[in-house]
Amino acid sequence: MAAETRTDETDFGEVSRLKDRVFESVTLAAALFGIVTLAVLLVYVTVDAVGWLDWQFLTSPPHPLAEEAGIFPALVGSIVLMVLIALVTFPLGVGAAIYLEEYASDGRLTRFIQLNIANLAGVPSVVYGLLGLGLFVQLLSFGYGTLLVAAFTVSLLILPIVIIAAQEAIRSVPDSLRQASYGMGATKRQTIRNVVLPRSLPGIMTGTILALGRAIGETAPLIMIGVPTTVFGVPNGLFAKFSAMPMQIYTWSSYPDTAFQYGVVSAGVVTLLVVLLSINSIAILIRNKYQTERS
Amino acid sequence: MSRDPSGWAPRSVSRRDFLAATGVAGAIGLAGCTRAASSEPKEVNIAGSSTVFPIAEAVASDFVQEYPDINVSVSQTGSGGGFSNFFCPGMTDLNNASRSIAEDEQTQCSDNGIEPIEFTVGTDALTVVVNPEADWVDCVTIDELRQIWRADGAERWSDVREDWPDEPFEFYGAATVSGTFDYFRETVIGEDANHRNDYSATEKDRTIVRGVNGSPYAIGYFGFSYYSENPDAIKALAIDNGEGCVEPSLETAKSGEYQPLSRPLFTYAAKESLADPAVEKFVRYFIEKAATDLVSDVGYVPITEEEKRKNLDRLDTALEDLA
Amino acid sequence: MSDATAPDLSRRSGQNTREFAYRAVFFVCALLSILTTLAIVLTLLGDALTFFAEVSPIAFLTGTTWSPANDPVSFGVLPLITGTLVITFGAAAIALPVGLLTAIYLAEYASDRVRSVLKPAIEVLAGVPTVVYGYFALVYVTPALSVVFPTISTFNALSASIIVGIMIIPMVSSISEDAMSSVPDSLREASYGLGATRFTVSTSVVVPASISGIASSYILALSRAIGETMAVTIAAGNTPRLVDLTDPAGVFLNSIQTMTAAMVQLGASDVTGQSLAYRSLFAVGLTLFVITFLMNLISEWVASRYREEYR
Repeated sequence: MAAETRTDETDFGEVSRLKDRVFESVTLAAALFGIVTLAVLLVYVTVDAVGWLDWQFLTSPPHPLAEEAGIFPALVGSIVLMVLIALVTFPLGVGAAIYLEEYASDGRLTRFIQLNIANLAGVPSVVYGLLGLGLFVQLLSFGYGTLLVAAFTVSLLILPIVIIAAQEAIRSVPDSLRQASYGMGATKRQTIRNVVLPRSLPGIMTGTILALGRAIGETAPLIMIGVPTTVFGVPNGLFAKFSAMPMQIYTWSSYPDTAFQYGVVSAGVVTLLVVLLSINSIAILIRNKYQTERS
Repeated sequence: MSRDPSGWAPRSVSRRDFLAATGVAGAIGLAGCTRAASSEPKEVNIAGSSTVFPIAEAVASDFVQEYPDINVSVSQTGSGGGFSNFFCPGMTDLNNASRSIAEDEQTQCSDNGIEPIEFTVGTDALTVVVNPEADWVDCVTIDELRQIWRADGAERWSDVREDWPDEPFEFYGAATVSGTFDYFRETVIGEDANHRNDYSATEKDRTIVRGVNGSPYAIGYFGFSYYSENPDAIKALAIDNGEGCVEPSLETAKSGEYQPLSRPLFTYAAKESLADPAVEKFVRYFIEKAATDLVSDVGYVPITEEEKRKNLDRLDTALEDLA
Repeated sequence: MSDATAPDLSRRSGQNTREFAYRAVFFVCALLSILTTLAIVLTLLGDALTFFAEVSPIAFLTGTTWSPANDPVSFGVLPLITGTLVITFGAAAIALPVGLLTAIYLAEYASDRVRSVLKPAIEVLAGVPTVVYGYFALVYVTPALSVVFPTISTFNALSASIIVGIMIIPMVSSISEDAMSSVPDSLREASYGLGATRFTVSTSVVVPASISGIASSYILALSRAIGETMAVTIAAGNTPRLVDLTDPAGVFLNSIQTMTAAMVQLGASDVTGQSLAYRSLFAVGLTLFVITFLMNLISEWVASRYREEYR
C-alpha cells in the first residue's frame, strides 16, 4: 500500500522540497483542524459543567430554576431505551448478516438487498422519525411518544449499521474453518452455530455496541414521534411516556438564562458524552480482549 | 472496526443466548397486541401552552418528588396545538392554555366525549421586548404594535416613527399554535388584518429571548416570565393604551393597569381523566401550588385565595358528577 | 459471501426441513431491510399524496412562502430548500477541502503509527451526537463569531454551517483515503522514479487516480449535510426565507430555516393532528428523502466505478 513507498522514496535535489514541506504542513493542519476544534469545545463544555454536574443534578427531575434542575428521568429513559434497542437490533441484525454472508448466492436479489442496506444507512434520521410517526403512532396506535415506539423507530434507524458490522465480522471468519466443519460432517446450521457465530461474536458485539452509541444520541426521531418536551418520572412500562438525554438537552438548549446555557445544559452534555464514552469503551474492551486472546 | 480474523478457540453455544434475545424481542412485539391486558401505568400527560410551561414544570417537578410512583410528562405544543391535536382527541389529561378554550375546540372535544374543565393558574403580562441597545424606544402604542406586526406592515423601524433608525426589523414571535399568538392577534392585530408571517416563529418562548438578545433591531413578544428571567438580556416596552405608558410587571398585571395585554392563564383538565386518582391528585396539587410563591418565582402572578377556592369547588363538582 | 459450501451429506429429511427453516428465518431478517424501505416510501407517500390532492405539487415546489399554519397559509417549499442549500454550501466549503487534505495526509504522509491514532480520532467527529453540536454552535461558536461579525444574529446560518462542516469531515476523509490507498503503488513508484516529490505525486497522480472515490465521498457528505437536523434546528433558527443572493453576508449572518428544521417545528406541535400542516410534514419529508436517496445512489454508483478501476 501507500506505506511501502515511503521507504524507497527518492531524494532528488532540494528544488521543490519547500513546496513539499509546506504542503505536508497544510495537510497535517487539515487533519488536525476538526479534532482540535472539537477538543476546544469539549474543554469549554467541561469547564462550564463544573459545579453543576453533581449528585443532585443526576438524581433530580427537571425544574425551571437552574439550581434545582436535574437529568434523572432522561438518564434512566436513555438507558432503558438503549437496552430495548439492543434486544431488537441484535437478533435481527445478526440474522440478516448470517443470511447475506452464509446463505445468499451472489444473485440479483442479494445485491439489491445489499445496496438497499447501504442506502438505508444514509437516510436522514428525521425521516425515520416520520416512519415511526406514520407506522407505529398512527397506523398501529402504539401511542405517541411512548418507549416502545421510540425503541422500534430508533432500532430501524441503526439496524443497517448493525447488519453491516455483523457482516464484516462474519466475513472475517476464515473459510478453512467452515471447510473443516463441513469435513467433519456438520450441517450448515451446525457450522454457523458452532464455528461461525462463536468466532465472529466479538466483532458483532463491538459493531452493535458502537451502533447503540449512535442510537443514544439521536434526537430528531424522538421529536417526530412526539416524545414530550419534559418528563418528570421514570418510565413505568413499555407504553409509558419517557424522555431521553438528547431530548432534554434540546429542551434546555432553548433556555436563555446563562445559568442554563453555561451550566445546566453543559452538565447535561457532559453526562451524555460520558455515557456515550462508556459505551464505546466497552466495545473497544471487547475487541481488545479477543484480539489479545487470538495471538 | 471488526477486523479480527483467525484466532481464539471457538466456544460452543451462543445459540441459547441468541434464542433468548430473539425471544425477548418477540415478547416486546407481542406486548403491542396485549396492551389492554397490562395494568394501566400511573401517568399524567400534559400538553399545551409554553407560557404556562414554567408553572407546570415547577409544579410537576415538586409533585414527582412527593409522589415518585406517578410519572408526569409535559409537552410544549402551544395552547391551540395542545387542544386540537392532543387534548380533544383524548391523548392528554391536561392542557395548559394562555387563553380560554375556543368554540371550535369545545365542539371538537365534545364530539370525542371529552369535557374540559377550566382552572385558573396565574396571571401573565404579555410583554413586548426589544434589544437593550435599542435606546430609541421605551414605550409603544397598541396602534404602533399593530403597524409593526400585521401582514404587509412596517419593514423598517423608521416606517413606524420617523426618528427611529432606518434599519429593518428582525421579528421574533409566538408560533401560530400558541395561545400567546392567538391572544396577541386578537388584542393587537384585530379582525381586519392578518398577523405577519415573515417572522421567526416558535412555541418555545425562550428562543425569542435568545433571538432578541442577539440583534439590536429585533422585536419580539411573549409571556412575562421569560422577561423576568432575563431582565438584563432584553428590554421590555411600556404599553400606551391611550392612558399613558404602563410598564409590564407583576403589580401592574395584578392591578389591571397593564391593559390590554395582561391575561389569565389556565389549565384544562379532561373530566374523564379526573376519575384516575393520579390525575386528580396532580390537579389538586397544581391548584394548591398556583396560589403560592412558586408561581411568582417563575415570573407570573399567583392566583388569589378566592380563585383557588373557585378552582377547588369546580374540581369537587366534577368529581361528584363522576361518582 | 462465503465460498465454502456444505456438501450434501444429509441422511435424514428432518434435518433438511430444519436447515430450511433456519434459512427462512435468516432470510426474513434480511428481507426486513427491504420492508423498511418500502414502509418509509409508503408512509411518506400516503400522507404526502393526501397533501398534494389539496396543494398542487407545482405550487409546493415553486412557491416562495412557507407558512404552514399562519393565515394565509402557504406551502411553498423553496425557502426551506434554499435554506438547506445555504447550510450545505457552507458546510461543503469547510468539509470538502479539509476532508480531502486530511485524506491526502493520512494516505500519503502519515506514518502507520500516526495514522492508527489520527484516523479513529477523526472518526470521533462523526460520533458526537448532533444535538451536542447544535448546542456548541449556539453557545460557543456564535459568540466567537460575533467578535468578527458584530451584526450576527443569535440564530444564524454561519455557525450552523461551520459545525455541520466539521461533523461531516470524517465522511469525506475516510472514503477518500480508502480510495487513495487503493491506488496501486506502481503508479506512485513510476512517478517517484521520474524525480517527483510527494507533493507532485499526491496532487498529480494519487488524487486524479482516486477521483471517483473522492467524488463519491463528496456526494455522500453533502447528502449528510442536507439531512442534518438537530444542529441546524438549534443553531440556525426558524425563519423560513428565500435566500437573497445579492446580500451574501446577510444570508449567512441571519436566521434561516432548513427543510429538516421545519419538520421538527411541525413535529413538535402537530404530530397527532390530521391537518394540512401535519400532511405537509410528510410532503417535506418525501422531498428530503428523494433528494438524499438519489444522492446516496449516485455516490454508490460512482464509488463502484473506482472499485472496478483497480481490481
